[in-house]
Amino acid sequence: MMREKSYARGTHPDLPPPVSEVGLIGWCRKNLFATPADTIFTILAVYVLYIILPGFVQWAFIDAIFVAANRAECWELMESPGSAACWAFASVRLNQLLYGFYPETEIWRVNLSFVFLFVAISPVLFDKVPFRKPLFIFTALYPFIAGWLIFGWFALPPISSQDIGGLALTLIIGVTGIAFSLPLGILLALGRTSDLPVVKILSVVFIEFIRGVPLIALLFIASTMLNYFMPPGTTFDLLVRVLIMVTLFASAYMAEVIRGGIAGIPKGQVEAANAAGLSYWKTMYLIVMPQVLKISIPGIVNTFIGLFKDSTLVLIIGMFDLLGMGKAALTNLNWAGLHREMYLFVAVIFFFLCYGMSLYSGYLERKLDTENKFQKK
Amino acid sequence: MAKKPTGENVIRIEAMHKWFGNFHALKDIDLEVAQGEKIVICGPSGSGKSTLIRCINRLEEHQQGLINVHGTDLTSDLKDIETIRSDVGMVFQSFNLFPHLTILENCVLAPIWVRRMPRKDAEEIAMDLLARVKIPEQALKYPGQLSGGQQQRVAIARALCMRPKIMLFDEPTSALDPEMIKEVLDVMIELAGDGMTMLVVTHEMGFARKVANRVIFMDEGEIIEENDPETFFNKPKNDRTKLFLSQILNH
Repeated sequence: MMREKSYARGTHPDLPPPVSEVGLIGWCRKNLFATPADTIFTILAVYVLYIILPGFVQWAFIDAIFVAANRAECWELMESPGSAACWAFASVRLNQLLYGFYPETEIWRVNLSFVFLFVAISPVLFDKVPFRKPLFIFTALYPFIAGWLIFGWFALPPISSQDIGGLALTLIIGVTGIAFSLPLGILLALGRTSDLPVVKILSVVFIEFIRGVPLIALLFIASTMLNYFMPPGTTFDLLVRVLIMVTLFASAYMAEVIRGGIAGIPKGQVEAANAAGLSYWKTMYLIVMPQVLKISIPGIVNTFIGLFKDSTLVLIIGMFDLLGMGKAALTNLNWAGLHREMYLFVAVIFFFLCYGMSLYSGYLERKLDTENKFQKK
Repeated sequence: MAKKPTGENVIRIEAMHKWFGNFHALKDIDLEVAQGEKIVICGPSGSGKSTLIRCINRLEEHQQGLINVHGTDLTSDLKDIETIRSDVGMVFQSFNLFPHLTILENCVLAPIWVRRMPRKDAEEIAMDLLARVKIPEQALKYPGQLSGGQQQRVAIARALCMRPKIMLFDEPTSALDPEMIKEVLDVMIELAGDGMTMLVVTHEMGFARKVANRVIFMDEGEIIEENDPETFFNKPKNDRTKLFLSQILNH
């Protein structure tokens, strides 16, 4: 027996999905209560949040003291000493946390280069920026402009790199490392995949050496030994040496990420480019690298974030980045004992900067998606 | 069957050998291709037919013998290789369109970067050729959004944008679903009608009968038999040719 159909054969229209598939109820059912195990985990997670969150909010916000001259004053304002967070140190020592010992009258120079940084990276990050082409010229000049502003030279009083610290130092190391490790990493990856034996061997040796040595060891080399390798009389600023080492370190990792991407591009792509008469460099620039960089975005951003956080290691050789400045604040009698607040403060700043990079990489991956499904060949 | 053109030779291969490591892939190949000639190369898999046409634009390097394309000897001279490659178009089994570029960008890339053609002219030529392969409306889409047959037609248009003198086809329909083979073959037949010099590796024997001036049968790295399609299909001489034809024609 045939069931009677609601529509004649061949005339069935598209109907809206049942309520359980869409809307809030559908979402909850699919994501939170799909299976008994899911339900148990959902309930467990809600319970854990219930235990942790109210106490934390009470400590960090509701009972917290935001304005005070020092820790003692902070704690007097609480029910019992240390029962709530004392964020006063962040505002009192804000300048040191942001700029280190940069002379206060010159701080505008750091701020200005920070503003310029956004102008310089905007045409790199987004393709619909107005005046994108002329902005690229500014991007190319930015390292010199920022160097001039921050360290001083013609018309600006010079500032010793020893005085630069805090978040500014973190950003200088992070941005420099990110900007130079990607191109250097691409060249190293191309070198490692090259047919020319000398280029290949040099790249492999460089990558394996740098990857095989801890960053801290490289930083010690930068601070103590690098002068021995240079012609006598040349002096290099410590910060410049650190920047070089951090960049080299990140570029070795970057090279391996890029090499993985190159291996993921079907051989037919290079063959098609070659068959059309494109030279090696044009093939790499036009065909291979755009695809490699796209599929390597997660790995590249991973390396960027790692590099950014590794910048805190400069503490070891006597430079004070954001974390270093926070620790320095703790050694001051006025603020000693606020470990929780200080580390949380630094952690939150790092988190937002790194999470920002992560969000951008997600945006980029979605933007570059061209629905490509490579033939399994 | 088309009449064999009597133009001058555009490809000359003499005593050519090719090895992959210890494997002797091409053995003592002699082949002359006249201007406007259409040659179909067939043979069992691993017989060296793809390798042979890939040697013509140096995607594979031969170790012995001579390959001359349009008066230029193929040596390791990079300039010569790039000259020959820009005059020889190639269509691959797996299309090899550039997935990060739109169809139009795929087509204008080589004319702009190799021929240094102004973008406007290149786009005009590309749109013209996309119309000829009957997909001008897809110009701004990405390859991943097209069907296999459409992608292969784009690949043909892309190769033609360089105004090549010779076209190489490496099993252009082998990766296609059956209903898409015809649309690609139709484009190739039309191209043959325009007088293009074509070397086609394929098992489409209908296409060979219709278009080829000469059919070449290869096995184990050697040219076993070559003849006009009429004689080749009706009176094959060599036993291996007979066996091969019986395998691909009777199913």
